Amino acid sequence: MLNPRLKLNQDVFLKDTTKRSPRDGFGKGMLETAEKNPAIVVLSADLSESVKLKEFIKNFPDRFVQAGIAEQNMCSIATGLATERKIPYVVSHAAFIAYRSWDQIRLSVCMNGANVKICGSHEGFSNGPDGASAEPLEDIALMRVLPNMTVINPIDYEQTRKAVAEISKIQGPVYLRFSKAEIPNMTTEETPFKIGNAEVFVEGKDITIISCGAITYEALVAAKNLKAKYKIEAELLVSPTIKPLDEHRILESVKKTGLAVTIEEHQINGGLGGAVSELLCEKLPSPLLRMGMKDSFGESGSYEDLKNKYELSSHHIENKVLNFFREKK
Amino acid sequence: MPIGKKKTSKISPEELYKKSNKLKQTVIDMLTEAGSGHTAGSLGTAEIFTALYFQILNVDPKNPHKKNRDRFLLSNGHICPIWYATLSERGFFPKSELWKLRKINSKLQGHPKMNSLPGIENTSGSLGQGLSQAIGVAIAAKMDNLSYRIYCMTGDGEMDEGQIWEAAMFAPNKKLNNITWIIDRNNIQSDGKTEDIMPLEDLKEKLESFNWFVVEINGHSIEEIISACKMAKSITQRPTAIIAHTIPGEGIEFMENNYKWHGKVPDKKEAIAAKEELQSII
Repeated sequence: MLNPRLKLNQDVFLKDTTKRSPRDGFGKGMLETAEKNPAIVVLSADLSESVKLKEFIKNFPDRFVQAGIAEQNMCSIATGLATERKIPYVVSHAAFIAYRSWDQIRLSVCMNGANVKICGSHEGFSNGPDGASAEPLEDIALMRVLPNMTVINPIDYEQTRKAVAEISKIQGPVYLRFSKAEIPNMTTEETPFKIGNAEVFVEGKDITIISCGAITYEALVAAKNLKAKYKIEAELLVSPTIKPLDEHRILESVKKTGLAVTIEEHQINGGLGGAVSELLCEKLPSPLLRMGMKDSFGESGSYEDLKNKYELSSHHIENKVLNFFREKK
Repeated sequence: MPIGKKKTSKISPEELYKKSNKLKQTVIDMLTEAGSGHTAGSLGTAEIFTALYFQILNVDPKNPHKKNRDRFLLSNGHICPIWYATLSERGFFPKSELWKLRKINSKLQGHPKMNSLPGIENTSGSLGQGLSQAIGVAIAAKMDNLSYRIYCMTGDGEMDEGQIWEAAMFAPNKKLNNITWIIDRNNIQSDGKTEDIMPLEDLKEKLESFNWFVVEINGHSIEEIISACKMAKSITQRPTAIIAHTIPGEGIEFMENNYKWHGKVPDKKEAIAAKEELQSII
């Protein structure tokens, strides 16, 4: 069922399939990208180990800036570095970098179109036991609304690794958001990744499921079960780039299926669901179901328990998509 | 210490005072024409801007992006009328631009926007960010082994912002001796006197305890400004903060030290009176 063109991991549905954390992909990508481009510098706010920068720091000590627990200062410093033609990657947990320093990201970074890459780890529920304060569920909305900003939420280890390299090649501010959780590898080294592209992981004619981030795995399992159990052919469109949204691919798919569902580890307002509903309302009014957090904060719990409680596990997706499909078609 | 080829010709202090007086008159005209803006701080820093752009900074209006130029970043962006007036006087752009301040389709935005004009090195407005931006530039200079200096002006009211203190801790920690931070210590902010709203004193002691090299000067004495900036260049292990004591609205009696002139502009009658007073000083 997986799109052969994308060279996805054929073992993804096996029980013992390899799992890796996107944040490890980030660390690897950071090292590889910095080796190729001497203009890259990295700043972190007392969380360098947590965001997997150990190897980068070991290899490039002179290109690392330890900012201390001071995200606002760090983001404005990054702008100064970008002014002098460095390519600063500002790295912390998304729960801190996207919120505490929003004014600095708006004025210092985005208003200048500064070539700063804001990197937020521990997306959604992936830092679950730490509780609501550590669960970024509004960050995509905050970043998406900023002029000049590109917003990317890769789905797994490989895609995060590639995204680190790709964002160094575009001029201007980027928000890169990735998970801490151990996620089954969905993509492989050979899977193409291009900023701004959504890819059809699973082809289908009945309903379009659009997803970003690590929760894509749950959507993928749901798509498989919908077909196996109910013969519903869901098209899974993976859209790691939330801004600029791949309008063409989304419209093409929804034109075919007539129904759309969005899935994200984020509030249903303002993130991927928000972006897709804006697009469909304007260009192709269609029934839409947005899955994600419904105007509430999270709480402490394991990643699995949180996905379950807030109805983002594969069986929840499966049931909700099924009901939505039956109701609308 | 080897001294490179001198980039700026020596101008006498008398000439510089004349220039700063002229800049103040230009600022009055600009603000009156714009109909809104920040008068007190723009006038109170005229001597500092004059000293910087006509004596201290290694800048070339004909080559505004020269690699090893000194950088000046303005953090208290609301006083940009004096920055615009000074840059224009120094030859960065034609004076005709000045009358477009705050108007539609203008390069002279109400608060500075980086590269909107040659010489505008940063974007500011929301207070407290400029010193951090300057630190980024200073780190880049160190990484690239370039010898230029980074000058950053902040207001004193803006030191209420927590980010200023993050930056104040950071720069000495990294031994950024290529930064000169000029604090416009005019004792006023929007709602009143700084010492009533959020006391800063003992400011010198505070910054020294953060390991800054601190000099206190009369911010209207061009000689003191020049001497403090020269002294800063000789400090090797830490950054320098110059606390420049200034009188907001300096040179115009009905504006001096009155916080109500922080965010308003003179009407036509007041502008005439202000300019007459300035002309009478020279």
